[in-house]
Amino acid sequence: MLEVDSLEKRYKTGDMALRGVSFTVAKGQVVGLIGPSGAGKSSLIRCINRLVEPTGGAIRLNGLDLTKLSGGNLRQARRRIGMIFQEYALVERLTVMENVLSGRLGYVPFWRSFFRRFPQADVDKAFQLLDRVGLQDHVDKRADALSGGQRQRVGIARALEQDPELLLVDEPTASLDPKTSRQIMRLICEVCRERDLPAIINIHDVVLAQMFVDRIIGLRAGAVVFDGPPTDLTDTVLTEIYGEEDWHAMRKTREEDAADESETKAFEAERLAELV
Amino acid sequence: MVSAVAPAASRRWRRPPVFIKSRFWRIAIYGGFFAYLVMALWSIDLDWTRIVQGLDRGQRFIEGFLTPDFTSRWRDIRQGMVESITMTVCASVVGILISIPIGIGAARNIAPWPVHAVCRSIIAISRAFQEIIIAILFVAMFGFGPFAGFLTLSFATIGFISKLLADDIEEVDEAQAEAIRATGAGWWQIVNYAIQPQVMPRLIGLSLYRVDINFRESSVIGIVGAGGIGATLNTSMERYDYDTAGAILILIIIFVMLAEYGSSHIRKRVQ
Repeated sequence: MLEVDSLEKRYKTGDMALRGVSFTVAKGQVVGLIGPSGAGKSSLIRCINRLVEPTGGAIRLNGLDLTKLSGGNLRQARRRIGMIFQEYALVERLTVMENVLSGRLGYVPFWRSFFRRFPQADVDKAFQLLDRVGLQDHVDKRADALSGGQRQRVGIARALEQDPELLLVDEPTASLDPKTSRQIMRLICEVCRERDLPAIINIHDVVLAQMFVDRIIGLRAGAVVFDGPPTDLTDTVLTEIYGEEDWHAMRKTREEDAADESETKAFEAERLAELV
Repeated sequence: MVSAVAPAASRRWRRPPVFIKSRFWRIAIYGGFFAYLVMALWSIDLDWTRIVQGLDRGQRFIEGFLTPDFTSRWRDIRQGMVESITMTVCASVVGILISIPIGIGAARNIAPWPVHAVCRSIIAISRAFQEIIIAILFVAMFGFGPFAGFLTLSFATIGFISKLLADDIEEVDEAQAEAIRATGAGWWQIVNYAIQPQVMPRLIGLSLYRVDINFRESSVIGIVGAGGIGATLNTSMERYDYDTAGAILILIIIFVMLAEYGSSHIRKRVQ
């Protein structure tokens, strides 16, 4: 079970990305996180595995407070949190198998990973997962030789290879076509149910979210403005989440654009500033 | 009826100047530079009698080059070539092996700042001095011969490879590194899994290119006493033995072309 308790994130530029966000996710529950760009969705899920440092509040995964960890303890906690990324974030020049096995890096010592001598159990698991996501024929292909949908399947297998207790999913379908998007969302939700795995999925396609997830959390300007089943997501609620927006107009106002941009920039700068 | 829109009054437009906005300073700076250039060219003396003499020597040199003599000093030439190749290979391997940790340490995105500062300073020192100057220093320290040349080339290789490797690491796709970090990987594992695959093709390409450069440099630093084919070339020039010098130059050209062709072939394959 994941408990997020009045989580706050203020970027060094002063932008408040998260203003006291609280919710709990039960075992096996798939949560869709929706909201306009700059609402803090990416900050929120990256605070959970500490790719972004939260500035206040607590995050407890099965009782362990993740915000208090550092060094080796943080790495041990991270290995139980699988993450799936928007642009797949596979290591392009490594093979599919190496990418999947990289999910075990938190468990094996450096020399084993360096010589690619992973324990047989890890290799067995990787083969099973590649069968599960339908990539059994592409094991030794380089990741950059695959199509978008196939790459995201490798991303899913890599996350599951970690034996995660929680899955964080950041815009899994943003660079995929509508049909592949559905297949990927279906796959993610299926594997979560198979494993009784809780998941938080950042997604800006509201219709897609409603089709697949058990629960939706709406974020606006760093605060939760909706939390409920997908069926409760009415037009009024959407207006509440996405702000005073004419649903049929194609353009945002200039001020909103500028606000989005400064927040997005602050997020990117901090996320990429320190790699290790 | 179509309502005619009255054309707006025509407005003049000119592309704004890119560098210097003020018209006065633009003319002053550009004009001043031009005036300096004219005066500078004027100040370079030409000694016509010396040029005529030199043409004569140049002609003899070209004649020697066209009738290269490989045989009469073959032992010297062969020894020089073997020395040059030895220096090139040893200096390239040692230099590149030392460059890799320094390059990793000099990359701001994966090294803590004290390490970064130290490694960047090593690179700066290595790059500040031209090979000839280093060679003079090492010849003074270790005497004439290929050992001084080996040290010179290793030292120069470190500056070259470390700098370009560090710059390449700073430009990797951070999303891939973030993904590996999210699995709970340690620092070494991140370097091995996320950084190395991204920089490896370029590192191999740069290393082969550096082998090329080292061979060419080995023929230059010989002139100041650091061994190799350069020393042989220098001796034959001092003896006005242009036939042998011509033979040496032809050999250098052939070897550089072979190295160039070989390395570009390998570079294409690793991409």
